[in-house]
Amino acid sequence: MALEIYLDLFSQPCRSVYIFAKKNNIPFEFKKISLLEGQQYGEDFGKINMMRKAPAIRDGDFCLAESVAIMQYLAEKFQTPAHWYPSDLQQRARVNEYLSWQHMAIRMHGSKIFWLRLLIPKIMGVEVPQDKMDGALEDLNGSLKLVEDKFLQDRPFIAGEQVSLADLVAIVEIMQPVGSGLDVFESRPRLAAWRERVRVAVGTELFDEAHKDILAAQEMVKNMDASKMQVFKPKILKLFL
Amino acid sequence: MELYLDLHSQPCRSVYLLAKRTGIPFTFKSVDLSAGQQFGEDFGKVSVVRKVPAMKDGDFILTESVAILQYMVEKFPQLVPGHWYPSDLQRRALVNEFLSWQHTALRAHGSKVFWFRAVVPVVTGVAVPKEKMDSALEDLKQTMDLFQSKFLKDSSFIAGEEVSLADLVAIVEIMQPVGTGLDVFEGQPALSAWRERVKKVIGEELFDEAHKSIMNVDFLAKTFQDNGMLEFLKPRINKMFT
Repeated sequence: MALEIYLDLFSQPCRSVYIFAKKNNIPFEFKKISLLEGQQYGEDFGKINMMRKAPAIRDGDFCLAESVAIMQYLAEKFQTPAHWYPSDLQQRARVNEYLSWQHMAIRMHGSKIFWLRLLIPKIMGVEVPQDKMDGALEDLNGSLKLVEDKFLQDRPFIAGEQVSLADLVAIVEIMQPVGSGLDVFESRPRLAAWRERVRVAVGTELFDEAHKDILAAQEMVKNMDASKMQVFKPKILKLFL
Repeated sequence: MELYLDLHSQPCRSVYLLAKRTGIPFTFKSVDLSAGQQFGEDFGKVSVVRKVPAMKDGDFILTESVAILQYMVEKFPQLVPGHWYPSDLQRRALVNEFLSWQHTALRAHGSKVFWFRAVVPVVTGVAVPKEKMDSALEDLKQTMDLFQSKFLKDSSFIAGEEVSLADLVAIVEIMQPVGTGLDVFEGQPALSAWRERVKKVIGEELFDEAHKSIMNVDFLAKTFQDNGMLEFLKPRINKMFT
């Protein structure tokens, strides 16, 4: 049985796994899971990942969730070029440091902006209160500042001279608020330059393909049927409002 | 090697426990969070993120407990037995899967319950509204259920029959709400058995020593007052509720 990767390219961690697998010519079957349609709650997908989240992989009998773990697994299994997850002690530590930090920082803050700007107004039918939006923006700006000042500094990539899992995970998260119409690169030339380097390193065609859905998010969300998305209401009330 | 730690902090405990258990030589550099020392000038030179733990190995500075643990395993193979971070592809994947998941699950919900029960009432003078407390407790319960059904299953430890970094990170996070008097192990024989196994591998004395400060959080009220931290913490707490 071929490696199956369960993905929805609206999701940031799905994009990093997708790009990594395609870039490294890892053979896999793309199994589409539409998150906004609630397909992650289906019975079949529950057998792949009881946490009901994407991405997830099934490699023979072995199922695995969590994009970071998936990429570490694929890098090792398919012996991808060393720069993705360097073997040098300190370089690897730099990558691991970023992969750890990002969960409760840029991922959280970028996701929130996407929900506050696009999904919540659609599903709840109201704009988010300004103070909440301001607070969320402040958090995102704080995280972006750390990406620039701590993780990148004057290096071309997070771990040094070459692209790694850290840059891949970083870029897909930063693209999420961009998909909601917030151009975080506009006032950040250093970050924009890094984005271009990552885009080139990954392959511009692949990068753009992976981000096609999220960059069309504003239009897609506008055309969605809000009545079919009410299943997300309790989550929204709990997490964001 | 210098480890910047405050044992009130879960990720500090996992780093401390691995280093002590395996005999990795280090200097304990105390960063008193209850006195706001993470915001001081000295610590700022170590980490701009202003969080603990942090590691300084010669000129090399590293933050994030998971990264520090992985670094220690890699740097000291002669001290740290392989089971802590197995080289077997699937076992390592299981460890990595847990280490990734825990940030927004066990860690987030355990910390929140800790703050709601032990910190917020002390700083604001009032208990957390029942609805919010119940919601936080429910989140913690669901996370704990998922931890058992997905990560522990029927194995002795998360990655199989031997303890690993995953169990270490799990136990210190679970102990946080326990420190406030919430016994999450009550009525949970499988979870309790796992805890005992992990404690045994770490060493009861070392485990208890690392958890001494968190098991005495009644002192927090006075500590915050003595350190003049109440006014500093108030806006941070308000933000948690908005």
